[in-house]
Amino acid sequence: MWKRIERFHVGMHTVVPNPAGDSTHRAERSARALRRLIFSLLSVLSLLALSCSKSEGPSAAPAASGSAATTLPQKTFTAGFIYVGPKGDYGYNQAHAEGAATVAAMPGVKVREEENVPETEAVQKTMESMIELDGASVLFPTSFGYFDPHILKVAQKYPKVTFLHCGGLYQEGKHPPNVASYFGYIDEAQYVAGVVAGMTTKSNKLGFIAAKPIPQVLRNINSFTLGARSVNPKVTTSVVFTGDWSLPVKEAEAANSLVDQGIDVLTMHVDSPKVIVETAEKRGVFVSGYHVDQTTLAPKGYLTGALWNWSKVYTDYVKRIQSGESYPHLLRGGFKEGFIKMAPYGAAVSAAARAKADEAKAKLTDGSLVVYSGPIKDNTGKVVIPAGTVQTQTDITLEKMNYLVEGVVGKISS
Amino acid sequence: MLEGRMSDTAAGLGIWALPLALIGGALRVSGPYLFVSLGECLTEKSGRINLGQEGTLILGAMTAYGVSYLSGSPWLGVLAAGCAGLVLGALHAWLCSLPRVNDVAVGIALMLFGVGIAFFLGKPLIQPPAPRLSPIELGAWSSIAPVRAALEIHGLLLLGVVAAFVMRFVFRRTRWGLVLRVAGEDADAARALGYDVDRVRLVATAIGGFFAGVGGSFLSLVYPGSWSEGLSSGQGLMAVALVIFARWDPVKCLWTSLLFGGAGALGPALQSIGILGGYNLYATAPYVLTFVIMIATSSARRTFADQPAELTVAR
Repeated sequence: MWKRIERFHVGMHTVVPNPAGDSTHRAERSARALRRLIFSLLSVLSLLALSCSKSEGPSAAPAASGSAATTLPQKTFTAGFIYVGPKGDYGYNQAHAEGAATVAAMPGVKVREEENVPETEAVQKTMESMIELDGASVLFPTSFGYFDPHILKVAQKYPKVTFLHCGGLYQEGKHPPNVASYFGYIDEAQYVAGVVAGMTTKSNKLGFIAAKPIPQVLRNINSFTLGARSVNPKVTTSVVFTGDWSLPVKEAEAANSLVDQGIDVLTMHVDSPKVIVETAEKRGVFVSGYHVDQTTLAPKGYLTGALWNWSKVYTDYVKRIQSGESYPHLLRGGFKEGFIKMAPYGAAVSAAARAKADEAKAKLTDGSLVVYSGPIKDNTGKVVIPAGTVQTQTDITLEKMNYLVEGVVGKISS
Repeated sequence: MLEGRMSDTAAGLGIWALPLALIGGALRVSGPYLFVSLGECLTEKSGRINLGQEGTLILGAMTAYGVSYLSGSPWLGVLAAGCAGLVLGALHAWLCSLPRVNDVAVGIALMLFGVGIAFFLGKPLIQPPAPRLSPIELGAWSSIAPVRAALEIHGLLLLGVVAAFVMRFVFRRTRWGLVLRVAGEDADAARALGYDVDRVRLVATAIGGFFAGVGGSFLSLVYPGSWSEGLSSGQGLMAVALVIFARWDPVKCLWTSLLFGGAGALGPALQSIGILGGYNLYATAPYVLTFVIMIATSSARRTFADQPAELTVAR
C-alpha cells in the first residue's frame, strides 16, 4: 500500500514541475491520460447502454418539426407510445405495443416508442422530448401511474398536444381538455375464461396469481370465479397476492405452491404472465392467459386467455384525430365495443366447454348477461349485491370493488 | 401415513405443503444467491469488494439464455455466462488496480454497465424459447407429484454445493488460499513476501465474476427459467450482503443461501394453503431473518473477526 502511494507521489512531483519533460515522463503522462480517457469512456459507455436500451424505432425527426407539427395539416403526424416495461413482455406492454404496430401501419402516421419508462419524473422528460424532438402531436402514455401528476402537468404545458392515457381516470372539468383516458372491461373476458376453466378442471380448484388487491384486480378475480361457478358450482379459486406487478421468482413460487395444493387451472393478473404460463406447463396443469395470447409458451395446457384489443381502440382514436373530429375523453368498452377478445381455445378445451364459453361471450356481447347481477355474496357470507340489483359494466360502484365473491379463497387486507 | 392419505394428488397436501414449499423453495430460489455469494466471498477474501455483481448476474443470465438459444446447449450457455462474468470481474480488477480508484465506485459503475449491456443485447431474446437445464429427479421414489416437484435438484446447484466445500478447502488448506488471505489481510505483508497483490486480486475478482455469471445462468436456464428484464429483483445485491452474513465462509454462504431461498417461498406458500392475512408481512421474512441473526450474533466489544482487514469498508 505504502509503496503504491509513494510511487504515485513521486510520479506526480516529477511530472508536474518539469515542463521540459524528457521522453519517459511524457510517455508516463500520456499513458495516464490514456487510462483516464478509457475510464471516462467506459463510464459514458455504461450510461449510453442504459439510455440506448430505452429508445428504439425510427431516429429523431429534424428538431424543427416541433413547431411544424402544429402548422402542418393534421393528416401526417407523429404518435408517441410510452411503456412502463419492455414491449416484448408477453403481457401488458406487449398488448399496447401490438396496438402501436397497427397504428404504425396506418398511412400518414409516424410512431415513436420508448420502453422501460418508470412512473416518475422520467415519464415527463420522455413526453417532453417526444414533443420537442420528435414533433409528436399525440401521445399514448400507457401505464396507469403516468396519469397523476405526470400527464396532467405536461398536458397543461403543451395544450396543442393530445394525451391519450390507459386507465379511465379522466374527469370532466377537473382535468385539462387535451387529455383523454380509456380502459376496457376485460373482466368480461375473464368471465368467459372462468367458464372454460370451470368446465375443464378436474379437481374443482382454480388458482389466481394477482399482483395487488386493487379494484381492477379484484374485479378480474371475481368475474373469473363467477364465470367458473356459473357452470360448475363446486369450484373454488385460491388467490395469491405477490405484492407487485412484476416479480418473476415470486410468481413462479406462487404457481408451484398452488399446484402443490392440487390446483389444476392457473390464471393471473400480473404485468408479464410469461413465467406463470411456463411454470404451469412444466408442472402439467392448465393455464388461462392474460393481456396477450401465450399459446406458444404452453402448447399443451393453454386453455384460452383474456386479451386486450388495443389495435381497435388506437386506430379509432387516430382516425378521428386525423379527420379533425372530436374524440371521447372517457372511453370504455368490452366485447361489444371490440376492446377485448379471447385467445383461441387450446387443444385441451372440450367441445362442451367451447359451446358454453361461446354462449356466455355472445350473451355478454348483446347485453343479455350481466356479470354482476344480484344476489352476490362475498366470501365471508355478506350480501354485496342484493337480489334484483344489476350492476352493469358502466356502473361506477364496480370501480370501488372491495370484496372477493363467494368461492374465492383469499383475503384483501394484508 | 402421509403417503397413504395423500396419494391422491388432486386432494392436495394441506398443511404438509408448507414445509414442502419451503424445502422446494430453498432448492429452487437459492441458486443465484449461492453462486453470487461464493464469487463475492472469493473477491472479498482478496481484500476487494465488487458491488457490480448484480450487473454480472443479469449479464450472465442474458448471455446464458442467448448462447443456449443459439447453440442449443444449455451447458454451453452456463459456460458462456461464466466467461462474461470473468470479463466483467477482470475489468473491475484492472480498473481498481489504477491509482486513486475506489472499488466501491467502480463496482456501482460496472453494475449499471452490466445491466445496461444485458438489456441492450437481450431485447431480441425475450420472445424465443431457449433450451433449459433439465433436473435430476431426487423425488422419483414418491408417488406424490408435489413431493417429486419439490425434490427436483439441478446439476448446477449441486456444482455450487461442491464448489462451496472446495472453496473452503482452498482457503484453509492450500498455498494459493493462503496467498489470497494474506493479500486480503495485509497487502504490505504480501508484498514483502514477494507476491503481486494486484495480480492476486485480479485472479480472485475475475473468478468471482465467473461465479456470479454462472449464478445468472441459474436464473435464466433453471429457475424461473426465462429471460426478461425484470428477471432479477436484486438477488445480486442481496448476495453481497449475504457474504457478510455468512462471515466470509463459503460453506456458510451455502447454508444462508438455502435459508434465504426458503424464506422467500414462505409468503406464496402460506397463502396457497389458506393462511391468508399478512402476506406483505411474510414477504419481508428474508430481511427480518437477516436482522434477527445480525443482532443476535453482533457484539459491541469486537468487530467481525473474520472480515478481511484490507476491505475498503474495514479501513
